[in-house]
Amino acid sequence: MKAFKGFVIKEFYHIFRDYRTMLILFGIPIAQVILFGYIITTEINEAGVAVLDNSKDAVTREIQNQMLASGFFKITAQLSSETEIESIFRKGIAKEVIVFGANFEENLRKGEGSDLQIVADASDANVANLLVSYTTAIVQNYNRQQMADMQIPMQIEPRVRMYYNPELKGVYFFVPGIMSVILMLISAMMTSVSIAREKEMGNMEILLVSPLRPIQIIIGKLMPYFLLSFVNAVSVISLGWLVFDVPVNGSIVLLLAESMLFITLALSLGLLISSVAASQQVAMFISMLGLMLPTILLSGFIYPTENMPLWLELISYAMPPKYYIIIAKDIMLKGVGLRYLWPETLVLLGMTLFFLIVASKKFKIRLS
Amino acid sequence: MTAENIIEVENLTKIYGQFYANDHLNFSVKKGEIFGFLGANGAGKTTAIRILCGLSKPSGGKITVAGFNVYNQTEQIKRNIGYMSQKFSLYDDLTVKENIEFYGGIYGLNNKTLRQKTSDLLQKLDLTDKQNFLIKDIPLGWKQRLAFSIAIIHDPQIVFLDEPTGGVDPITRRHFWDLIYEAAFSGITIFVTTHYMDEAEYCDRVSIMVDGKIIALDSPDNLKNTYQVDTMNEVFLKLARQKIN
Amino acid sequence: MNNRSIEIVELNKRYGTIQAIKNINLTIQTGELFGLVGPDGAGKTTLIRILTTLLLADSGKASVNKLDVVKNYKQLREQIGYMPGRFSLYMDLSVEENLAFFATIFGTSIQENYDLIKPIYSQIEAFKTRKAGALSGGMKQKLALSCALIHRPKVLFLDEPTTGVDAVSRVEFWEMLKELKNTGITILVSTPYMDEAELCDRVALMQNGEILSIESPDELKNNFPHDLWYIKAENQYKLLQILRTWEKTYSAHGFGQSIHFVSQDSQMKEDEIRQFLESKTCKIQRIMRIGASIEDCFMELMNQPKKA
Repeated sequence: MKAFKGFVIKEFYHIFRDYRTMLILFGIPIAQVILFGYIITTEINEAGVAVLDNSKDAVTREIQNQMLASGFFKITAQLSSETEIESIFRKGIAKEVIVFGANFEENLRKGEGSDLQIVADASDANVANLLVSYTTAIVQNYNRQQMADMQIPMQIEPRVRMYYNPELKGVYFFVPGIMSVILMLISAMMTSVSIAREKEMGNMEILLVSPLRPIQIIIGKLMPYFLLSFVNAVSVISLGWLVFDVPVNGSIVLLLAESMLFITLALSLGLLISSVAASQQVAMFISMLGLMLPTILLSGFIYPTENMPLWLELISYAMPPKYYIIIAKDIMLKGVGLRYLWPETLVLLGMTLFFLIVASKKFKIRLS
Repeated sequence: MTAENIIEVENLTKIYGQFYANDHLNFSVKKGEIFGFLGANGAGKTTAIRILCGLSKPSGGKITVAGFNVYNQTEQIKRNIGYMSQKFSLYDDLTVKENIEFYGGIYGLNNKTLRQKTSDLLQKLDLTDKQNFLIKDIPLGWKQRLAFSIAIIHDPQIVFLDEPTGGVDPITRRHFWDLIYEAAFSGITIFVTTHYMDEAEYCDRVSIMVDGKIIALDSPDNLKNTYQVDTMNEVFLKLARQKIN
Repeated sequence: MNNRSIEIVELNKRYGTIQAIKNINLTIQTGELFGLVGPDGAGKTTLIRILTTLLLADSGKASVNKLDVVKNYKQLREQIGYMPGRFSLYMDLSVEENLAFFATIFGTSIQENYDLIKPIYSQIEAFKTRKAGALSGGMKQKLALSCALIHRPKVLFLDEPTTGVDAVSRVEFWEMLKELKNTGITILVSTPYMDEAELCDRVALMQNGEILSIESPDELKNNFPHDLWYIKAENQYKLLQILRTWEKTYSAHGFGQSIHFVSQDSQMKEDEIRQFLESKTCKIQRIMRIGASIEDCFMELMNQPKKA
């Protein structure tokens, strides 16, 4: 046990003494969150919105006013018929069209429910998503005010339609996606590189000859990166929350627990990589191509997997980050619990066990 | 410069901050001589060689190599010297022939000369039937001989050898020295740096550097007589230890 | 025999088409300072890695301290110290941190075995807060040796510990090994330098995966089967060319600026050599009979056809 402790301490020395490692560990996550955050948020300042108001009453005017007042929107066109929507999008005049049904206020008062449609140009899925969610929030806010005044019962239920990308499940908030990328990067790449370094420098020979058991070497290598990755997960969530108001609607404990599961998975992948990579360079290369790119491209982080050709979509089911992103997104945004997320959690758990066992089996007790 | 001195060094000094890496070195090397440049790790050998090869400027001193000064005629110097290091200059993933052609090309040999040189060289080293072998697949001894031959492919006046024969068996090592003697005999000056004293025994004259200064310069025999010992190793130990104490 | 520390029987190891070691048989006594001497590619590292349980042999048996290197590898690993060719220190850790690390992974502490490493470690202790990467070659070597000894191993394996370090450090290193030997530890050390063979109790000369001979350095030199002549002339290159074309030459090898010469004729007298060389206008400076060096022996053994 003392030997193991000494081993872990040594790992921390390596990490804290190499400013490049420190930069990757803590600089990249912060940079990524801020970068993604600002790219997305800047685009919805004063986004163009067109209005097709079939009712033109006090309520529809009030909703429009509240949208303008929010600062996110500016109304760029008033339409007179639904046929104009397509050309408005084509010309780029507006990214979103709000359609109020006829007799809006009247229906509302009667309690029959009124017809509000939000139509978005989803060719830029990120922006569309955000616009829709902002609009929805404004409408619901208006609803709540009305309820409080007890003038009318809450009845407005916006119906959302997406143009060009009707499903639009992939990209919602960026934080879950970034977390998956960062945890993958830190956990898998850093572990595989650090083990490869021991091999490259010849230190592994001595470690193997020592009474340290292989499992102690493995866990000793994984533990520091587990802790650091966890710190990273927490800091990404807090950064998202503090700087960009990304909420955690569900249980934070569950979110962190799922993150730990995903970290373990990534670590075992790193271990697996290190068993085939003889040098740091190779380890880095495999991590980049084998893990980073699929994580970014095939996990649904940026490109919704549903729109991919079938064979790619099938591959995407084998990507661990896909499940983690679903889980994180659902916990953070929908606020759901394990009752709904057990299938994804089970998949992650299965994958983790599988890779951990394969990696431990492949870890050599001798050279070559 | 006298006609027969190919390298002349007067008061070569190189200072890094407060540190004298080379402290007023004085020596000359004759044409066709095998000159050993010895010293412990960190004694300042590498610094001096970089200057002689025109890769770094001295802080002071009058230094000519093959008749050119090291301050502003470095291009001419580079054309007149060859260089071989123990850490091989050959490309492991190219074949024997490709390596020869590559280095010949660097020194601007025309195609006809290069073809001729390549076939001469392959024949001389007995590598003709192995010319398409990758460098990593041929034994260390052959690699060393090939590396040396390539270092002199452009007929330089001086060739610098950096610990050329580490790690090979005694017979292979002698084959290598045969090549060196042959080159020296044909008039090429050989400048050997090493900290292996048995390599020093093969040199016509050796200089021994300690802490940036040359503290001895003579033929191996004279040095052994002076210090009353049997081997260059003991000469070196006496000098280096005397310095420490 | 008294106490066998290392026993190797019929050991073979092949990498692809290269036979790294061929049919090695070797017994090393407890407390012996034993040298494996040979050039790169002789099989020294492979042999040491098999003995340190890092590699599996293709066939044959080997045991260290009566422990089989395959079956009992776990127990064995606790009893051996190993210093690989590359010093295998952590360059970003300080001298003391390196030592402490190797102590803890072997389940001991610096204090516990300080007496054993003191003669070596005290030489670098003044720099104990310095990063290992900033040490000179000789100091790295001392630190690596301290690390290999910190758990008081019964057998110490050193793979080319003196390669790449300067002459002064090499001598100091061998002095340390002599001192260590007095503590009763068995030491197996490999080296490409023939002159270091002199410093071992016994040496195995190795070439192309085979052992050419196993003897003490003195036996080895005394068993040199020929009269050996030292010849020095004004021009070594010319002298060598002349001797090589002489039909009476058995062998002529350059040794620095002189030649070591063996005649086909075991009755050859100095005058005959002198006359021949002078007839070729060679200016002789010195001719004398000398005893063989390890290097002469190695070359002689390389040239001999393999004994059955």
